[in-house]
Amino acid sequence: MPTPTSPKVFPDAMSALEGLMFDGMTVMSGGFGLCGIPENLIAALRDSGTTGLTVISNNAGVDGFGLGQLLTRRQIAKMISSYVGENKEFERQYLAGELELEFNPQGTLAERIRAGGAGIPGFYTATGVGTIVADGKELKDFNGRQYVLETGLVADLSIIKAWKGDSRGNLVFRKTARNFNPMMATAGKVCVAEVEEIVPVGSLDPDSIHTPGIYVDRIVQAISEKRIEQRTVRVRETV
Amino acid sequence: MPWTRDQLAERASKELQDGYYVNLGIGIPTLVANHIPEGMTVTFQSENGMLGMGAFPYEEEVDPDLINAGKQTITELDETSYFSSSDSFAMIRGGHINLTILGAMEVAENGDIANWMIPGKLVKGMGGAMDLVAGVKRVVVVMEHANKHGESKVLKACTLPLTGTRVVNLIITNLGVFEVKPDGSGLVLIELAPEVTLEEIAAHTEAAYDVKLKP
Repeated sequence: MPTPTSPKVFPDAMSALEGLMFDGMTVMSGGFGLCGIPENLIAALRDSGTTGLTVISNNAGVDGFGLGQLLTRRQIAKMISSYVGENKEFERQYLAGELELEFNPQGTLAERIRAGGAGIPGFYTATGVGTIVADGKELKDFNGRQYVLETGLVADLSIIKAWKGDSRGNLVFRKTARNFNPMMATAGKVCVAEVEEIVPVGSLDPDSIHTPGIYVDRIVQAISEKRIEQRTVRVRETV
Repeated sequence: MPWTRDQLAERASKELQDGYYVNLGIGIPTLVANHIPEGMTVTFQSENGMLGMGAFPYEEEVDPDLINAGKQTITELDETSYFSSSDSFAMIRGGHINLTILGAMEVAENGDIANWMIPGKLVKGMGGAMDLVAGVKRVVVVMEHANKHGESKVLKACTLPLTGTRVVNLIITNLGVFEVKPDGSGLVLIELAPEVTLEEIAAHTEAAYDVKLKP
């Protein structure tokens, strides 16, 4: 339930998704690898049992974490992604023909989402011209170079992760956890943001807000596990 | 002696120029960062949304919100900036990145490259590779000259699904270095790895090429 003074703020991930989920819906989910994923909202989507999902996300999580949990429970019918390397259950379902998959070049995926949120139904890009990505798509010459028509993407729901947010939905992301989250905020009919900290209105520097609150319909504060996929460290040289 | 992985990276580092913004692919290209010539300023871009990548972190510096495009933990520099994936690919697609150094499964004499998909095997996805080869001003491929069956990876025409057409500018293999002619009409062998002979190159190269060895 939203609080009377802050209609966008919800007490937990499940209530933040209440009334927004239906079978066969399209969901955008932010993050790159496991960095900057809305892990609590994904878990709530898992617990909701909503099925037949088309999920637009750069990656597909790992086994048992992130979107991998939705795969395990067979809630995803189709993925639109650029790279899905780290997930055995994904591999199994895909090879068994149980899961539909559409690969987009990463930059094309990012721009399709940006365009969708900006009311642009299509755009031309040189990326993928002459490859299977351009099969069946319109080609056009601009100044002697060929470009392929790609369409904007929108979703019934976008779930994203930010670092800080205020009750009006203004968001700030942290380091490379920003990735796909700002565009997805704009391209969902409804956007629900999970943040590490809800801060008082007025405490975020207006010049430093990454996503203005107009794009964010609901916001929930939640603790992230922030799992690391490839922990790489260097060893301090001892003299 | 053909070049080792590290020597390949060292050779590729000669393609860097002062002030360049550079995107490095996964594998041998990543090692190029260890060979920046002294006194040269080079800024590395990571396509998940970062300009100015630092070294791997010490254990206590590890930050799950700070990774590179290979999903490895990294560090930031004083000059670092962060941005969204759409801004990141605007940099790439818009021609603002000077150089990308990538691995490949196959390269053809007209500059075609295949590096993302083997039909019949599990396909993991192209990630940002198609955007990089289409958008970056100069594309350098670093790879083994032959595959594990001993077959040439420098071909007349690629057999695998393409990542991009006529996009490669320079091919650095463990045997030598080829320039791709700007009009796509073929290759020019410009360098040999130490003790590698022209006969060896000929025996392992399917593509047609001219020889203009640089002194």
